[in-house]
Amino acid sequence: MGVIAATYVLFLIVLILADLSYTSPSEILTALKSEEIQYSIKLSLISCTITMILSLIVAIPLGYFMARYDFPFKKWIDAILDIPIILPPLVIGLSLLILFNQTVLKDFFDFFGVSVSFTVASVIIAQFTVACAFAIRTMYVTFAQINNRQEQVALTLGCNQRQTFFYVLLPQAKNGILTAGALAWARALGEFGPLLVFSGSTRMHTEVLSVSVYLEITTGKIEAAVAVSLIMIVSGFSVLLLVRLFGYNKTIL
Amino acid sequence: MIECKDIHINQGNFSLSNFHFKAKNGAYVVIMGKTGCGKTTVLEAICGLRKIASGEVWLNDNEISKWTPAEREIGYVPQDGALFNTMTVAQNIGFALKIRKWEANKIEERVNELADTFGIKYLLERQAQDLSGGEKQRIALARALSFYPDVLCLDEPLSALDEDTKEGMFELLTELKNNMKITVLHVTHSKIEAQKLADVVLFVSDGKIKELNPSEL
Repeated sequence: MGVIAATYVLFLIVLILADLSYTSPSEILTALKSEEIQYSIKLSLISCTITMILSLIVAIPLGYFMARYDFPFKKWIDAILDIPIILPPLVIGLSLLILFNQTVLKDFFDFFGVSVSFTVASVIIAQFTVACAFAIRTMYVTFAQINNRQEQVALTLGCNQRQTFFYVLLPQAKNGILTAGALAWARALGEFGPLLVFSGSTRMHTEVLSVSVYLEITTGKIEAAVAVSLIMIVSGFSVLLLVRLFGYNKTIL
Repeated sequence: MIECKDIHINQGNFSLSNFHFKAKNGAYVVIMGKTGCGKTTVLEAICGLRKIASGEVWLNDNEISKWTPAEREIGYVPQDGALFNTMTVAQNIGFALKIRKWEANKIEERVNELADTFGIKYLLERQAQDLSGGEKQRIALARALSFYPDVLCLDEPLSALDEDTKEGMFELLTELKNNMKITVLHVTHSKIEAQKLADVVLFVSDGKIKELNPSEL
């Protein structure tokens, strides 16, 4: 069993080393200096951070509700929440495209003179659609793992539901929140399929790092694509490592 | 005085009917019965943590059946103590007082008083999650008493403790019974606990309740 586990870990390491062997520090530097990549990094940082915040705003109350309450059709809702996780990314992109262009939502945004598809807003919406599902799942498991006995005691000690949530439950869910946020951020960073369909792949407009990799490949600049890929690997890995170093404690990630 | 009048509780396949008892102020009532007979359910219903299908709960001159747990002001110590792990011992004990917006110096005074009573002063700055079972129970007890409740509900407070620790808690509960004017409802399946502590024993069996004298056990 140990051999299988070690082989898999080794496989992942070799996968990254293969990328490293294909590029050089100078190529990475060149990629970093490129105006397009700098824009892409900036947009990725902004969109991923907004996605993370939005995901937590939704995931914390929804995860709590799912973990603490029983209601009709709960299993149905539970399954619906996982749809963005299991659906092919392109299908999510297509669904978003239809929702924002072929339904009443289009009229709604048109009324305000706002366009969503193929804009920076669409990048955030596409990232959020998938990343939030991971954050919700994480918060659901986090709250479900916390014994509700402490909340009950807090109620007898004089708390109302709101005070119990903020003073007793939320501090205990700290690691879960950190994990959910990191997972949403990292997931948003790696999102590509929905972006391609819903946001397009326009240079210096809806170009995030994953789109940059695609654009570099389609223009035959494989070395540049690998360099951008490495930037993504380092960013994503750093976030995951930070969570483990400073907040990780027997949670889900 | 706490009184339950014909309480019915339905919970899944479990149901408890015609639960009726009255405990005078300062009485030490032990609720006994086999595992799964509904002892804890009764305690939770009295604290307001579980809905009752019908019946009434009275505390002194008030019908409190529809009151929230906070409004009832009943102290509650569950089996595992359920300390707030992210807080220190002092913060745990002072929690109810902070919620009641007591001044910081008054909270500190009360926390120190309880810490002296329960012999836990040396633990005040420790994190709650790092403590032994016996220490946790003492702190949970101090926390439940911090806001001077008229009634204290204890759910198998000794069951998870080793013999030595159990003996110490016995002494503490005896002191509580003798020196504090508080009505205690103590759930247990131990005859020894009932014989040593109870003024009245309520025996729950097959969804019904029978009042016994401790000497009848």
